Amino acid sequence: MEKDKLVIGGKEFDSRFILGSGKYSMKLIDAAIKDAGAEIITLAVRRTNTKEEENILDFIPKNVTLLPNTSGARDAKEAVRIARLARELGCGDFVKIEIMRDSKYLLPDNYETIKATEILAKEGFVVLPYMYPDLNVARELVNVGAAAVMPLASPIGSNKGLATKEFIQILIDEIDLPIIVDAGIGAPSQACEAMEMGAAAIMANTALATAGDLTLMASAFKDAINAGRKAYLAGLGRVLTRGASASDPLTGFLH
Amino acid sequence: MENKFFIDSDELTATALEKKHRLETDPSCRIDHMKYLPGMDVIESDVCKNVMSEMESFDYSKYTAADVRRALAKSKCDIEDFKALLSPAAEPFLEQMAAKAKLETSKHFGNTVYLFTPLYIANYCENYCVYCGFNCYNKINRLKLSMEQIEHEMKIIADSGMEEILILTGESPSKSDVKYIGEACKIARKYFRMVGIEIYPVNVKDYKYLHECGVDYVTVFQETYDTDKYETLHLMGNKRIWPYRFDAQERALMGGMRGVAFSALLGLSDFRKDALASALHVYFLQRKYPYAEMSLSCPRLRPIINNDTINPLDVGEKQLCQILCAYRIFLPFVGITVSSRETAEFRNGIVKIAATKVSAGVSTGIGDHEEKYAGKEVDEDAGDEQFEISDGRSLIKMYNDISDEGLQPVFNDYIYV
Repeated sequence: MEKDKLVIGGKEFDSRFILGSGKYSMKLIDAAIKDAGAEIITLAVRRTNTKEEENILDFIPKNVTLLPNTSGARDAKEAVRIARLARELGCGDFVKIEIMRDSKYLLPDNYETIKATEILAKEGFVVLPYMYPDLNVARELVNVGAAAVMPLASPIGSNKGLATKEFIQILIDEIDLPIIVDAGIGAPSQACEAMEMGAAAIMANTALATAGDLTLMASAFKDAINAGRKAYLAGLGRVLTRGASASDPLTGFLH
Repeated sequence: MENKFFIDSDELTATALEKKHRLETDPSCRIDHMKYLPGMDVIESDVCKNVMSEMESFDYSKYTAADVRRALAKSKCDIEDFKALLSPAAEPFLEQMAAKAKLETSKHFGNTVYLFTPLYIANYCENYCVYCGFNCYNKINRLKLSMEQIEHEMKIIADSGMEEILILTGESPSKSDVKYIGEACKIARKYFRMVGIEIYPVNVKDYKYLHECGVDYVTVFQETYDTDKYETLHLMGNKRIWPYRFDAQERALMGGMRGVAFSALLGLSDFRKDALASALHVYFLQRKYPYAEMSLSCPRLRPIINNDTINPLDVGEKQLCQILCAYRIFLPFVGITVSSRETAEFRNGIVKIAATKVSAGVSTGIGDHEEKYAGKEVDEDAGDEQFEISDGRSLIKMYNDISDEGLQPVFNDYIYV
């Protein structure tokens, strides 16, 4: 287990919990780092673009990697502009592409996401695209230089869990990049399930932000993600779908 | 108490007074409120037809407690459910509605509450809207700020920490033309992250120009979706043209704006029908422009200078709360703004349930921010206000009050791209 690192863009991480940026507060960031053990914190560039005294950028410890996102972008062009702005703001080279052309469900636009990923990867960014889990799109993201792929589990903020489970499993099986499950994870059990499937990491925000006890929920996520990861590495036992299995082998008659 | 809107100023000339009385008493001398005037863009859209047919067939008396229970039990609220939630049958379910609304708000917005302030830059108006303090027959101090004065006001507001501004004018295309508003918005971009406007409706090319000046959000209140009632309240001026106003948000989106805001002025007509139409205006436009950001406001009628009898009639705080919960359950993704027309107590309560944006440090007058923010008397006369406000909290006070409620006040969540 000691050597089990999450590697993204050549950088190693011990933690497999990433804090999303949807609903942020200093308390949330504090709990994510201290109690959930997060080493990567997403931040919306549109929220850092502020004069607030409690600027998020000043609050994040130096050993935590910032993952600026392009929320607010409606196409590839806007996402590229926001990513470049993030770099100018001193957020580093990591960027999460978020392109939404839908204000109701905030579903990502896969086509524009591929375009933005290609441009930004060429500019030396470590690009983590948020996407709807589609195998062909994921393959194209690999081709154009993505550093990881971030499929959604269910609509953002919905806390509905792994609604796209089968399709995420296909990405895990077929794509040779870390698959980070993003959006819709509402409970530690769901995070654990995704990790058991072989997800490389979990991104969550609303589940923590709206919990009754923030710090307790943060540590619950940490435990669940670790448990799921261990189970994946251990190799899950078989699951019997119906009845018991015969103790004598069916092919025992063969010599 | 029934509203008595007609007030005669003793400063009006005999001719003006005669015209005013004629407009008030003789419908035949008013222009056709459903016919576009020359120069007004006419766009191809079925949004209006869809909204109006739903509103006209809305018989809220037919909904029962069972309909409301069913609506509350469903995970997705459709138009029929929304109608049930707006009906009188839903009034006894206010607490359950609030609980469901709170859950939806937290899913989409977490614990955040956005803050903004309005800045009125001119109060000249060419319309005669009988309930409005700015109406052209009302005797008030009129003022239009110069660019220097606008910059001065903006500096004071920005120094208080505010990052989002809503620029407002009276509706006078001659006194405060699009160029003047555009110049004001260019200054605003220097001081604020987010610039919105609430001005008279304009054509697509003008919205495009204003967007280039830095504006990204357009608010237009339809006042009432009851066209017959509208006709009796908006007696003169461009605002009289109801469909041109209805299409304003769509023209703004066609002009490249990121977001648009909607509302009826509750208390002018049947508030349940107006609430239904406001939300459906959002609903149908969102289906056509899925990337646009939408928000709803919920102003109620307030007293104005020279007429302190104006009131929101049957729209009490309970009814307002019911409407806002219904809005949130039907349209969980939209912003909901509650203005300083409402009391501090109501606003503190509603941000925990449904509202996502509140104004702070508000003045609805012209050029009086220095007096208000710094306690400094201004030399010149300030322009009079549009309506009386109920919640005069400063930005700092609002920030602290929201924090004390366990919520997170946010100054900016926006980027101009």
